[in-house]
Amino acid sequence: MNMQLLVQLLVNGVIVGALYGVVAMSFVLIYKASQVVNFAQGEFLLIGAWVCWWLLTKYQIPFFAGMAITLVFMLVFGVALQIIVLRPLIGEPIISVIMVTIGLSTIFQGAMKWIFGLNAQPFPPIFKTQSVNILGLQIQTAYLMSVAVSLAMMAGMAWFFKASKYGLAMRATAFNQQIAQSLGISVKNIFAMAWAISAVVSAVAGVVVGVVNSVSPALSTYGIKVFPAVILGGLDSIVGAVLGGLIIGLLENIAHYVDSEFLHWGNLYEIAPFYVLIIILMIKPYGLFGTRNIERV
Amino acid sequence: MLQSHAEPAQAPVAGIAAEPLLSVRNIEVVYDEVILVLRGLSLEIPRGAIVALLGANGAGKSTTLKAISGLLKTEDGEVTRGEVLFDGQRIDGIDPDKIVRRGIFQVMEGRGIVADMTPIENLRLGAFTRRDNEVQKDLDMVLGYFPRLRERTGLAGYLSGGEQQMLAIGRALMARPKLILMDEPSMGLSPLLVKEVFAIIQRINRDLGVTILLVEQNARAALSVASHGYIMEQGKVVLDGTAEELRDNEDVKEFYLGGAGDQRRSFKNLKSFKRRKRWL
Repeated sequence: MNMQLLVQLLVNGVIVGALYGVVAMSFVLIYKASQVVNFAQGEFLLIGAWVCWWLLTKYQIPFFAGMAITLVFMLVFGVALQIIVLRPLIGEPIISVIMVTIGLSTIFQGAMKWIFGLNAQPFPPIFKTQSVNILGLQIQTAYLMSVAVSLAMMAGMAWFFKASKYGLAMRATAFNQQIAQSLGISVKNIFAMAWAISAVVSAVAGVVVGVVNSVSPALSTYGIKVFPAVILGGLDSIVGAVLGGLIIGLLENIAHYVDSEFLHWGNLYEIAPFYVLIIILMIKPYGLFGTRNIERV
Repeated sequence: MLQSHAEPAQAPVAGIAAEPLLSVRNIEVVYDEVILVLRGLSLEIPRGAIVALLGANGAGKSTTLKAISGLLKTEDGEVTRGEVLFDGQRIDGIDPDKIVRRGIFQVMEGRGIVADMTPIENLRLGAFTRRDNEVQKDLDMVLGYFPRLRERTGLAGYLSGGEQQMLAIGRALMARPKLILMDEPSMGLSPLLVKEVFAIIQRINRDLGVTILLVEQNARAALSVASHGYIMEQGKVVLDGTAEELRDNEDVKEFYLGGAGDQRRSFKNLKSFKRRKRWL
């Protein structure tokens, strides 16, 4: 037994899992508000990370300023995407809308490769100290930041849905659009808001991954990894998305450990989440926290 | 302690009758561009009044409410002729969320409760369009009216039918509307609860000065609180008058109040029923 490897992989699992959780959360946000399965979610990470990287390396702006500009850009991007591409599709069969998001995903991936190239690019160093010592474990500062940012995003999302008026309005829209409209809520604006928030939150995750590793086209695989996470959590549950993300992150790394120590099949790391996806769909199709309709007798 | 939501009804200026809060003028409503549901319907609602809109199933009562609140749009319906004036301004064709901002709030048929939220969250949603900082004060006021809602901390979907109706009315009050449109508040409630709900409707009208348009199947209950009534059939108003006039009208008694007056039903009444199958 290689304990050191196991601990390292578990820590890695939590860090990556928290990021999956954040991306899954922003995916569920769009699904909940508008029933659209967004296949372009991973590209939101990619675009956010590239834009931030470009601002930082090309214009030498400090990290936090660059981050702020990126988020404003993603906000505008999300709203524009909803208004230009998705709003005209309201009322069309949902499968058409999903096809459009697949198309968007391909277009964005191509555009990013065209503009920024195929090579992985590192972010300029952001922290003065590379690693800190916590309880005897050497942990990279970037990893700590990653976990802190993930937790902050989750707390922010929880607050938004529980306490803010727009969060309540979004939940009402998800429940029943006609009821929402009877309360004075503009469903169009809520959709735009959902896409904007989703784009911003994903971009934050993208930048964090970029800082921890580097920015490359491979970033958009987060959009695929999100599926096992949200299916596990239940498609329309924010809490489920976060937990699903964490579980998938841990599972990947445990699978990696088992594989490298005992099985030696190779690449179980990549595949394990999807085995889980299939098993969940077979035994618990609504996931851990998926909606069961309230029926009052 | 209770505050008026709307401005008090204006006293009529000498010689000129007070402008009604809402007037529907000769509207025609078409669903899916082919199904004609309302054919030239007109009604007026004075400020501060409770007005009842009665009629059989399928007469177009709910459609009338949706034409006023704009929710028609969400069901592929459209006002194709006539106009709806609220506070002197045309509101037909406007999006439903903007109509709520002008002061019309519809309590939908079946109450329209958001089942997977708590009652308090539902109430706070009612205040979505408001920008002032007195929401908390109104929340306390509404919970004063419906103390039972304070005790219910679970999801609103698990409330009883009566409690859900109270929640729906309370949520409407949270928007501080000038006009509340109520679609069958008595639906699915026991006679005792129907009484309670109508007592509350009367109370909020009196205390807060909110104008109410009430759509009902239960004509007796509706006419006991309303000051005016309209009777609809096949997309048109066939009779209107003060609640008293309607209660005393022989035809209304026959159709909606279950037999003519207090005397025992007799063959004579039955014959009269056969004679008048329709209003027109």
